[in-house]
Amino acid sequence: MNWEFIHKYWPLYEKAAILTVRIGLLGILAAALIGVIAAFIRYRKIPVLNKIVAFYIEISRNTPLLVQLFFIYYGLPKVGIKLDAEVCGIVGLAFLGGSYMAESIRSGLESVDKIQHESAISLGLSNRQAFTYVIFPQAISTSIPGIIANVIFLLKETSVFSAISVMDLMFTAKDLIGLYYRTTESLFMLVVFYLMILLPVCILGSIVERRVRYAGFGT
Amino acid sequence: MSDVVLSIKDLHKSFDGNLILDGINLDVKQGEVIVIVGPSGCGKSTLLRTIKGLETYEIGSISTTDPKAQVGMVFQNYELFPHLKVIDNIILAPMKVNGTPKSEAKEKALEFLDRVGLKDKANSYPRQLSGGQKQRVAIVRALIMNPEIMLFDEVTAALDPEMVREVLDVMLGLAKQGKTMLIVTHEMQFAKAIADRVLFLDGGKIVEENTPDEFFTKPKTKRAKKFLNVFEFDAIR
Repeated sequence: MNWEFIHKYWPLYEKAAILTVRIGLLGILAAALIGVIAAFIRYRKIPVLNKIVAFYIEISRNTPLLVQLFFIYYGLPKVGIKLDAEVCGIVGLAFLGGSYMAESIRSGLESVDKIQHESAISLGLSNRQAFTYVIFPQAISTSIPGIIANVIFLLKETSVFSAISVMDLMFTAKDLIGLYYRTTESLFMLVVFYLMILLPVCILGSIVERRVRYAGFGT
Repeated sequence: MSDVVLSIKDLHKSFDGNLILDGINLDVKQGEVIVIVGPSGCGKSTLLRTIKGLETYEIGSISTTDPKAQVGMVFQNYELFPHLKVIDNIILAPMKVNGTPKSEAKEKALEFLDRVGLKDKANSYPRQLSGGQKQRVAIVRALIMNPEIMLFDEVTAALDPEMVREVLDVMLGLAKQGKTMLIVTHEMQFAKAIADRVLFLDGGKIVEENTPDEFFTKPKTKRAKKFLNVFEFDAIR
């Protein structure tokens, strides 16, 4: 192991890691937003939209992220939509993650007993208030384990961004290997940086999960 | 005492082709306590749910004299909101529906909780309460909206016997205060004590309407008699 090499290229990885985290974070936030909206549409079975969302979920979950990225990065410009690689990454992650988030949140929503809604309505709350203050908070805490698993899954998926020349961690490692043949060092740093990103998320996730379970309800 | 607050006329409701309510007519007077009894599946819960607006109906009408009158409802399984503390369960509706400021809503909630002996549980979560305590909180939560009419749907059916009393006592207290109430229950002794009027429902119809004293001692109809006999046991020795 050449530590000098590691020392020299460490900052390069730092930069790439920041990019990876930024794309990951924005993509996941967008995915969560899409997830909430899509889950709501599925839960309420809103006509027409429900069908569209179901179609989206099937497409999104049954095609690889790499294929989706290629479609966005190489395909969309053909119809006049040109996005830079980083934005493509975010859009791709949101497109893929949105469906996973939607399914996690929907199962949470459906786990809340219908009579909870009736109970809220009986007190005079509107449908919207019942959803906001009674159904959704309960659904989310049931969904949390699934959501956390999705976050970790999506962060790992960012590694395919290198294929559309986003200068993320994977790209940096491949680049250095290509330039200097320092495979061991380059891959070592790659693993270390992914762990530095994912381990804290994992630990934070299990803390949140435990707290949610503690607040867990039972009757 | 004689003003009608709730009037039900020729109410029909069916579900999956089965007639659940088959022409219910009922006038409820201000301050009256009506107990509805009957075999399971007779439509008594559906009647309450329909009055509350949780079920649709095909024929007939339900009207309150005051169109803005609130109807409160308490369910068999409490249906407290498990993610909210007792106090937050109670103040949610006053704050969101009436726009009552939080401090004011809290003050009132604590006062109400105190009346049912649960002031010290204000900051507990529902899961930390016994069934009887949960049901008392559910009653308070409905009462704080100041409903004209209270509906109780088998509110003691899920409780252990020793907790039934504490809930029934709260309801007796409300009756004494003159609250208009419709109660579906299987507690026959309680029904006898609290009711101004007893309705016996079977097959979606009001089969018998009587005073509690007469209904429980000498019911007018055969079906009511048969129903009441279920609660009697002959000594085997």
